Amino acid sequence: MIVRRLARWIDDRVGGSQFAESALAKVFPDHWSFMVGEIALYSFVVLVVTGIFLSFFFDPSVAETTYQGDYEPLRGTEMSEAYRSVVELSFDVRAGLVMRQAHHWAAIVFIAAVVVHLLRVFFTGAFRRPREINWIIGVTLLVLALFNGFTGYSLPDDLLSGTGLRIAYSIALSIPLVGSWVAFLIFGGEFPAHEIIPRLFVTHILLVPAALAALLGVHLALIWRQKHTDFRAGGRRESNVVGAKLWPSYASYSIGLFFAVAAVTVAMGGLVQINPVWLYGPFRPAQVPSPAQPDWWLGWVEGALRIFPPWETRAFGYELPNPFYPGVLAPGVIFALLYLWPFLEARATGDRAPHHILDRPRDHPARTGFGVAGLSFVVLLQLAASNDILANWFYASVATITWTFRIVVLVVPPILGYFAYRLMTALQATGAERLLDLPWRDVTHPPAPPVERPEEAPVPAGVAEEEVAAAEEEGAVAVAVVEEEVVPAAELRVYEQPDGRWRWCYVDPVEGVELHSNKSFPTEGEAEEAARDAYPDVPVVPGPSPSVAGT
Amino acid sequence: MTPGNGDGRPHVPGDPGFPGDPGDPGFPGDPASSGASPIGPGPVQPAVGGPEDAGPGRAGGAGRPDGGRGNRRIVLLAFGASMVASLALTVVYAMGGQPQAEGALLGVTLGGIAVGLVAFARATLPGGYFVEPRAIVPHGVAQRPGVAAAFEAGAEPIERRRTLVGAFVGALVLLGVAAVFPVRSLGMRPGRTLLHTQWRAGRRAVGEAGHPIRLDELDVNSVVTVFPEGHVDAADSQTLLIRLPDEIVPPGPAAWTVGGVVAFSKICTHAGCPVGLYQAETFELFCPCHQSTFAVVDGARPTFGPATRPLPQLPINVDEDGFVIAVSDYTEPVGPGFWSRPR
Repeated sequence: MIVRRLARWIDDRVGGSQFAESALAKVFPDHWSFMVGEIALYSFVVLVVTGIFLSFFFDPSVAETTYQGDYEPLRGTEMSEAYRSVVELSFDVRAGLVMRQAHHWAAIVFIAAVVVHLLRVFFTGAFRRPREINWIIGVTLLVLALFNGFTGYSLPDDLLSGTGLRIAYSIALSIPLVGSWVAFLIFGGEFPAHEIIPRLFVTHILLVPAALAALLGVHLALIWRQKHTDFRAGGRRESNVVGAKLWPSYASYSIGLFFAVAAVTVAMGGLVQINPVWLYGPFRPAQVPSPAQPDWWLGWVEGALRIFPPWETRAFGYELPNPFYPGVLAPGVIFALLYLWPFLEARATGDRAPHHILDRPRDHPARTGFGVAGLSFVVLLQLAASNDILANWFYASVATITWTFRIVVLVVPPILGYFAYRLMTALQATGAERLLDLPWRDVTHPPAPPVERPEEAPVPAGVAEEEVAAAEEEGAVAVAVVEEEVVPAAELRVYEQPDGRWRWCYVDPVEGVELHSNKSFPTEGEAEEAARDAYPDVPVVPGPSPSVAGT
Repeated sequence: MTPGNGDGRPHVPGDPGFPGDPGDPGFPGDPASSGASPIGPGPVQPAVGGPEDAGPGRAGGAGRPDGGRGNRRIVLLAFGASMVASLALTVVYAMGGQPQAEGALLGVTLGGIAVGLVAFARATLPGGYFVEPRAIVPHGVAQRPGVAAAFEAGAEPIERRRTLVGAFVGALVLLGVAAVFPVRSLGMRPGRTLLHTQWRAGRRAVGEAGHPIRLDELDVNSVVTVFPEGHVDAADSQTLLIRLPDEIVPPGPAAWTVGGVVAFSKICTHAGCPVGLYQAETFELFCPCHQSTFAVVDGARPTFGPATRPLPQLPINVDEDGFVIAVSDYTEPVGPGFWSRPR
């Protein structure tokens, strides 16, 4: 009753019943891999909640003070107010340590989920038209997430984070022409300038989170508007969406997932130590921890800095310092490639048609090969960031490990990429369902010329044809729209409910699929029209729904 | 009106109705309405696999034969555990708090809700997959010419007044230029800051605590980090004093060393980390950040790692009281490279 009255109250004032009606029935495709993006979203919520708590205690000041708190080993030590407030938050504020560590774990989960989500989108081709905008927003979200991860762990002003800031300063300094200005404007002067901690604080808790929240909103709105992609399966077409209804099933599972993410991050915050800044000690410009690794999400940049050869360019009295190449150029190229990938791929394949049915990695071996090569390149750089630790493990000299990485980083990714390409073409040719089902011989000697890639379902009539026409106008190679093999038995039924409203359903007895429309319609004609929009290739057969017929 | 799907009644696969859906009082699958006469020939076998079989995923559990009675117990257990953990949390908090217990209990509090919600959904909510047409973007192809015409009609009088538009654009451009000045306030002009340090002729070398260093207190193979007296917070001036064994010829001009002691900038020429490790057997300085290695006896020339330039050497001497002093500032910029760094 209350819900109804509230709904009426709102509808009287701002309207929206129509939207709410279709929103409640909105269909969300369902696959485990689609959850990863949700995990990212929910860990962002955990980050905001725990972060608000932390901001009440953190003091973004580099004023010198002497620690007098509960943690014995640091008592009497000179430190900045920032570092003191973090140590006090950890030891003297009840539940402070849990919140701080939960915040850090949530950040790790957030960035990891964003990365995995990006890989899912990449390898399934979900970035293709019409989703290029959301791909660009997604990559931007990753950039912002990495950046805010860095600003976040730089705030405590401990020895490890201060070393990271110093490297960031040197990288900024290495930018051609404007490097010293950039470094001085960001840091407020020569390192270690006093302005940097308060600036990082404002950036970390306001600027970047606001940008993240805004872009997340647009990201989700676009998913809502364009509807989620789905894998090829029974009843799925380019022209329809199959899945769980928003209300109540999708909503309850998704809210459950939120609580699960919160539970895991908070439990880790209490049980698993992360970033124990009190062990690192306060930042001192002339001290350095050893070994020193950044948080993992920046490990690939650190690895590149470590293994890049001692090259530095000087010409006409000006210098391109060494950190420019691994610290500015390499990340710039990697992210430029990420941003441009949908357009590069469309140009290379000539496929500019809209796609809503996802590829499996095998459907596009070249993309999968490039993806594997790029991913392994970054992962190897990540490992290279631990060259000093690996040297200890393997009783080798740091020089040996570094030289190994210098070679491996260049040689292995193309090999892995090519191998992935071969695996995918073999999977395509043999039709093996899973990678493990694939006999090795089929990889080395592909059985037959690869079968033609299953083409997308026919683009639905009407606007979509004009879309393809528009794509062709843009100079695309004509995309062959192959007729979907019409499964003879599949049919659409339109039926009247006892309440006089109409529904339709899709029935495919061969595949054993029966899908009902998510909404009911006032007239038979509207139901039939919706059915034809969803399945332009399937005939409408008069008769009741099979469920009705059966019971 | 409410089909009451949660009461353990077996479901017809594909039941898309949900509790309280007022629009669909008699949806197929609701026993009350399924008496609807089987119209039509219907060659289709009834309900070959419900929506549960339509694909992988988490939706659709209500059709299981036990009607979710096992799930019901899980739901109660999970929500119960969550409540107990919340209460326990208040106790732990009141007793002074304990991070591990707090984390574990908070985890159970939230995790109980998570498990309870999902089990609840599986036990009672109608599952199954539904289908809707994907109204493919773009929707408004037909309207596009109209939109373009409307925009152009409005833009036409603007376009005709080139001078006025030009003035507007000019004002915007200058506003952009003016906006640079607040940005300029963010930091000092680099100027010559990067070119020099706080070392001056005659300035004593002091330790981090500010105590001056006597030459004779430096044992063979010892390393001390020093700053110019009065400037222990000058990060760019951090310098290593290294006492080499007597049989080693100190690197650099003879006037820059005193009593077998050499002084090198502690700031790595690669990315600015303090070159914190010294291996006395090989006379090598090692940067823990990126593993640049510098041969002290060879003028701190880089022998490994990404660094390209030697650590700059500070000319030092000793004053009449036996304390180490600088002869001058560094003769080249210390630390990482930058665009306008002089050679």
